[in-house]
Amino acid sequence: MPRKELEFDYTVETLSIVDEEGNVDKALEPKLSDKELLDMFRWMLYSRRVDERQLNLQRQGRIGTFPQSTGHEAIGLGSVFAIEKSDWFVPAYRELVCFLYRGWPLERLLLYWAGFEEGAVPPEGVNDLPICVPVASQLLHASGIGMANNIKGENKVVLTYFGDGSSSEGDFHEGINFAAVFNAPVIFVCENNQFAISEPLHKQTRTKTIAQKAVGYGVPGVRVDGNDVLAVYVATKEAIERARKGEGPTLLDCLTYRYTPHTTADDPKKYRSDEEAQKWAKREPLIRFAKYLEKKGLLNDEKRQKMETEIDEEIKEAVKKMETLAKSKELMEPLAMFDFLYADVPVHLEVQKHELAESLGRGDEVSTKSNPQRSIAGTAKRGG
Amino acid sequence: MAEINMAKSINMALFEAMEKDSRVVVLGQDVGIDEGVFRITEGLHAKFGDKRVFDTPLAESGIIGTSIGMAINGLLPVAEIQFAGFDYYAYQQLESHAARFRNRTRGRVTVPMVMRAPSGAGIRALEHHSESREAIYCHTPGLKVVMPSGPRNARALMHAAINDPDPVIYYEPKALYRLFKEEVPDEIEVMPIGKAQVVRPGSDITIISYGATMRPCLEAAELLMEEDGVKAEVIDLLSLMPLDTETFVNSVAKTGRAVVVHEGPRACGVAAEVVSRINENVFLYLEAPVIRLTGYDVPVPYFSKEKFYIPDTDKVVEACRKTLRF
Ligand SMILES: Cc1ncc(C[n+]2csc(CCOP(=O)(O)OP(=O)(O)O)c2C)c(N)n1
Repeated sequence: MPRKELEFDYTVETLSIVDEEGNVDKALEPKLSDKELLDMFRWMLYSRRVDERQLNLQRQGRIGTFPQSTGHEAIGLGSVFAIEKSDWFVPAYRELVCFLYRGWPLERLLLYWAGFEEGAVPPEGVNDLPICVPVASQLLHASGIGMANNIKGENKVVLTYFGDGSSSEGDFHEGINFAAVFNAPVIFVCENNQFAISEPLHKQTRTKTIAQKAVGYGVPGVRVDGNDVLAVYVATKEAIERARKGEGPTLLDCLTYRYTPHTTADDPKKYRSDEEAQKWAKREPLIRFAKYLEKKGLLNDEKRQKMETEIDEEIKEAVKKMETLAKSKELMEPLAMFDFLYADVPVHLEVQKHELAESLGRGDEVSTKSNPQRSIAGTAKRGG
Repeated sequence: MAEINMAKSINMALFEAMEKDSRVVVLGQDVGIDEGVFRITEGLHAKFGDKRVFDTPLAESGIIGTSIGMAINGLLPVAEIQFAGFDYYAYQQLESHAARFRNRTRGRVTVPMVMRAPSGAGIRALEHHSESREAIYCHTPGLKVVMPSGPRNARALMHAAINDPDPVIYYEPKALYRLFKEEVPDEIEVMPIGKAQVVRPGSDITIISYGATMRPCLEAAELLMEEDGVKAEVIDLLSLMPLDTETFVNSVAKTGRAVVVHEGPRACGVAAEVVSRINENVFLYLEAPVIRLTGYDVPVPYFSKEKFYIPDTDKVVEACRKTLRF
C-alpha cells in the first residue's frame, strides 16, 4: 500500500465587510434598512454604556464581580439580530448585548450580578436560557435543544456562545460532535477574544483558528471579523439559512480582543502588554460601525449624543428599580432558597426550611406538618 | 517563626516541596504567569520555570487525567482546579482512574498526585463558586480528602498530601485565605493524614468540625464558656478520608454530647458519617442525640443571601444549647 493523500473539500472562509475606516465591501454589504442599521448601533451603544455603568456599580460595591463585555458588542448583536424571537439563545456569560436585545429587563440583569437568583429568570415569550458559568457546558444543551427541534419537526435554530478558552473543554467537542452527527440546527458562536483569563490563545490550541476545528466534525467553520457587526450578521444569517434548510450546524470563529480585564476581580497587567491592547483599541467595534454609519450619512455626533442621553436615562431608571427590588421583602426572603429546587418541596427540605426560620426567629411562619424528623432533640423522649 | 495567612502558607508549602523534590510539578489554569486567581502559586513560575509550573488548557478532565499519567510516570503533580465547583468535569478521571489504579494493578501502578481547589462560600462569588462538596470525594473509595482550617495546618497538610503515595483531594476553604494570620515554624511540619486534633479541650459537649466552620465553632465554644459556663471540647477533623474515628469517639465518650458542623449539604454528608461512627462506637455514652449543623440540601444561594446558608456562631451556640438542654 503506497502513501497517498486523501482529499477533503474543506476550507475555512474568512469574512470581513466593513474595514477599520468604515469603508464597506459593497458586494458583501447586507440589505438592512437605515432604521435597522441605526437600531443595531443603538443596541451596541446601550450595551457599552451598561457595561461601563456596571463597572461603576461594582466599584461602589453595589453589585458583585462580573465579566465585562466591552468589545463583544459586534459578535453578540450581529448574531442575535439574525435570529427570530422564537429561535433559541443559549448564552455563556459575556453576552450582555444579546440579553438586552432579547428583551431581558436591565434591572433583572443587574439583579443577577447583585447576587439574586431572580436575575436568572428568562422573560416570558423568548426561548432563552440564563447565564451559564461552567464554561462550555451549555454547548451540549444547545445541541440537545436543536436535536429536540428536529425530533419535534420545528424549524427553530439555536444560537450558542462560548469563548476561545472554552474550546479546550471536552464539552465543546462533544457539543459540536452531537450537533453534527444529529444534524442539529445549532450555530456555535466562538467569542474569540484571544484570552482565557491570563492564558493566550496559543495556550489553548495549536491551531491557527478555532474555525478550522469544524473540519474535524464535518461541519462548516467560518473565521469572522468579530469587530465587524455586519460580518457577524452575514455569517450568522448564512449559517441560519443552512440550518433551516436542514443542513445542520456551523461553527463561527469571531475574532476580537478582550478590551478589559477578564472580570472585575482580575488584573491583566500581569499577563499582557499595553502595546497589544492599544493596537486593538483602534479596531474596536463601535468606532468602526459608527464610521460606517457616518459615511452613509446616518449618524453624526449630535445624533449619537442624543442616543447616549436617552440611554443613560434608561440605565439610571433600571438601576433604581434594581436597588428597590434588591431591598424588597420578596427578593430578600432567605426562606425562598427551599422553594424552587423541586416541583414539590420534599419533607427534608420543609424541615430545613423550618430550621432556618427558627434561627431567624420566624419559626411560626413556616408550616410544621407533623413530621417525626423535625427536631429530634426537641421532641423525642429521652431514654427511649 | 513567621506570621502568615493561609494563602501564603499554602504557597510556602508548594515552594518548599518543589525545592525539596524535583518530581513535584504544579499545573492548572492560570497558575503560571498569573500566579493563580487567588495568588496561591505566586513566585513559583518565576523560580521553577515552565517545566515545573505550567498553565494548561482550560479543561479540568484534561488537567486531572494528564496528572494521573504524570504521576504514573514518576512525577508528583499538584494540580490546581480553579474552583472546586468545576472539578466535576474531572470527577470521571478521579473516580474511574486516580482512585483505582493501585487496586486494579494490585499495587503495581500508583497515582501519587494532589488535586487542590478553593472550596466553600463566604466570598460573595458567583454561582458554582461557593459549594462544599467534599463528601463526594469521601464517598469515592481510593481517594484521600483533607481540608485545612488555618495557615499552620494548611502548610503541614500540603506537605503530607504531596508526600502521600495515593491521590489526595486538598480542599482549601477560600474564605479563610486571607482572613487571619498564624505563626508557622521555620522548619517544615508534616501533619499525618488521617489524624484529627483536639483544638480546645472540654468536658461538657464535643463540637466536631473542619475547614471554614472551625472559626464559628471555636467562637461558639468561647461564648458557651462565658455565658453558660459550659466547657466545650472542639475537634478539627482536618482529614475527612480517612477519618480519625478514635479522636472524636473518645471525646464523645467523655462528654456524652456532640454537635457536628460543616458547610456542605447535610444529606449523606461528612457529618452523617461522623454521627454513624459515634452511634456504632459510643451509643451508650450519649446523653442526647447528636445534632448535625450543616449547610442545607440546596445549592448555596447567590451571594446576597449566602450568609443565611452558612452555619455561623449563633447557630452553633444554639445547636449546642439544644443538645445540652435535652
Ligand atoms: C469549567 C470551568 N472551569 C473554570 C472556570 C473559571 N473560568 C471562568 S471564565 C474562564 C476563562 C474562560 O475563557 P474563554 O472561554 O476564552 O472565555 P472569555 O472569558 O475569554 O470570554 C475560566 C477559566 C469556569 N467558569 N468553568
